[in-house]
Amino acid sequence: MKLQRKNMLRASALGALVVSGALVLTACGSDDNTKTADGSAKPSAAAAGDIKCDDAKGKLLASGSSAQKNAIELWIKNYMAACSGVEVNYKSSSSGEGIVAFNQGTVGFAGSDSALKPEQVEESKKICTGGQGIDLPMVGGPIALGFNVAGVDKLNLDAATVANIFNDKIKKWDDEAIKKLNPGVTLPSTAIQAFHRSDDSGTTENLTKYLKATAGDAWPYEAAKKWAAPGGQSASGSSSVAAQVKQVDGAIGYFELSFASSQNIKTVDLNTGASAPVKASGENASKAIAAAKVAGTGSDLALKLDYTTKAEGAYPLVLVTYEVVCDKGNKAETLPTVKSFLNYAASDAGQKVLLENGYAPIPAEINTKVREVINTLG
Amino acid sequence: MASTTPTQIDTAPPVTRSGGSTGRAGDKIFAGLSKGSGILLLVIMASIAAFLTYRASIALSKNEGNFLTTFDWNASANPPVFGIAVLLFGTVVSSIVAMAIAVPIAVGIALFISHYAPRKLAAPLAYVVDLLAAVPSIIYGIWGALFLVPQLNGLNLWLDEYLGWTYVFEKTQVGVARSLFTVGILLAIMILPIVTSVSREVFLQVPRMNEEAALALGATRWEVIRMSVLPFGRSGVISASMLGLGRALGETMAVATVLSPSFLISGHILNPGGGTFAQNIAAKFDEANEFGRDALIASGLVLFLLTLLVNGAARLIIARRKDFSGANA
Repeated sequence: MKLQRKNMLRASALGALVVSGALVLTACGSDDNTKTADGSAKPSAAAAGDIKCDDAKGKLLASGSSAQKNAIELWIKNYMAACSGVEVNYKSSSSGEGIVAFNQGTVGFAGSDSALKPEQVEESKKICTGGQGIDLPMVGGPIALGFNVAGVDKLNLDAATVANIFNDKIKKWDDEAIKKLNPGVTLPSTAIQAFHRSDDSGTTENLTKYLKATAGDAWPYEAAKKWAAPGGQSASGSSSVAAQVKQVDGAIGYFELSFASSQNIKTVDLNTGASAPVKASGENASKAIAAAKVAGTGSDLALKLDYTTKAEGAYPLVLVTYEVVCDKGNKAETLPTVKSFLNYAASDAGQKVLLENGYAPIPAEINTKVREVINTLG
Repeated sequence: MASTTPTQIDTAPPVTRSGGSTGRAGDKIFAGLSKGSGILLLVIMASIAAFLTYRASIALSKNEGNFLTTFDWNASANPPVFGIAVLLFGTVVSSIVAMAIAVPIAVGIALFISHYAPRKLAAPLAYVVDLLAAVPSIIYGIWGALFLVPQLNGLNLWLDEYLGWTYVFEKTQVGVARSLFTVGILLAIMILPIVTSVSREVFLQVPRMNEEAALALGATRWEVIRMSVLPFGRSGVISASMLGLGRALGETMAVATVLSPSFLISGHILNPGGGTFAQNIAAKFDEANEFGRDALIASGLVLFLLTLLVNGAARLIIARRKDFSGANA
């Protein structure tokens, strides 16, 4: 009797272990980042009809920017549902890592927040026999300035004020410069705690490009992946910056819009010189990207963004991420898959997926060119 | 299982362990294996050092800044400029804070478990302390960032108000407590179990006769501890602390999660800022190009050397004190 009871105890302990273990495992498994904001089903079934699989086959590896991770995972999901027997695998690491992997020939294409640098193009010629690496703009997105100030729901700022906040010149939320931009808003005298990225990041590079172009003397630093201004606090990765902003009263920080919407962080409306301050949203970012010019030569479609745009409703603090491929000399075994996958990504259906997920579609004019280039890949 | 066991015993050949026929070959194989393992260890250490030195030398030859004094880490730029001054400072300071907090507490816990606690309490307590070591460092990082940092704001203000005159505890920058001091506290918690459990083992080994002799002379319990337990355990506590220090020096994820890094040296340890070797490598590795990685490896080599130095120093101290402890009695 005694023995039996002991066994039962042991069995129930084992059962508890199994149950809790399963709970832990499923908790990992449900980390589904590709869900739409309202949790509704993905438009995979509807989009499947538009996907042309052509000769796609086998396994396609890709790697790079984490900024486009959610977008590309949705594309992969829809694409693989439509084209059976094809496997696309995007390793979301960082732009730098993606380009390194691309230039080593281990991936079919790379995702990158910034266009290839001349030395990287030079290096790519070894992999792309008879050709070189080119940038195809595929995903746009607004960089949001998230803030957490008790009692403040809406905040308008212009580029110079943003620069001065991140530059440690404006130290209190009730500073005259901020008051002037926000008539009718009661600002507390809380100290401003500006958070930037501690790791080298494409997001930092795009923010500083914007400040360099629009803030004038208030931002004396060169645009770079590494944060240059003194003062403030830092955290590693967009998610950590967002977490800090969420946690700290008086905080402001920058990250892709999806981080703000997923954590209910309020975002700054930018005073661009248009008739009304512009909200950070996918549509507004698309309007700003429409003002961009193609800066690349030949089939390279690297964009030069116009950060100073005053167009109505255009949110100029944007990020464009590229897919990097060879114009000629792609590996024969992956070329059909690369072409067919990118064709879907650049199609109307593929771009529509972006808007539903906090990203910004590439404007039609540039998008048309992207599709043309994809069809000429060799 | 139950049915096979008896038959196995029935059919098993008589045990011939004492027979001399296999003994010599066994000896040889065992000696060879253990010698091989020893040599393998040396080869692994040497190849790690060689790899680090080779990759580091590539980076160092092209560095435009001074590797030892530059307050910047911009290895992926053109020309590359990077230096380890801030990292060395941050690593050493956070480890000192961690040791200053952890060692006295660990010795206290170890003494309590080994000499004060009732038997019923001692075993579970020892188990709980050991359990601290089983918590992954990223969990400490998350706990530190989400719980410890907000809680420490009050302590920081208190330290600033009453100990601000020491300069070290003066808080000159607003901001949450994502500082080297906080990192030190977190590291202290992380190294507590290893220091505690080694110290406890050492204190338990104090010869019973020493303690009883002291008691017989009329010593109180505290006097027994002071006169027989602590002197006996000193070298053990030092080596335990060094093991803990080794972990504190190299801790990566927890530090990277809690610290707000910046490339400035500041004696105000309550201000956000600073950095450590391991944290810097973790933060920069992803976006670094190949050269940038070489530079990070160069900083890793310095950490490797620092750890070797610390361990070497610990060995020296222990070797010198060995004669005085009762461990050889």
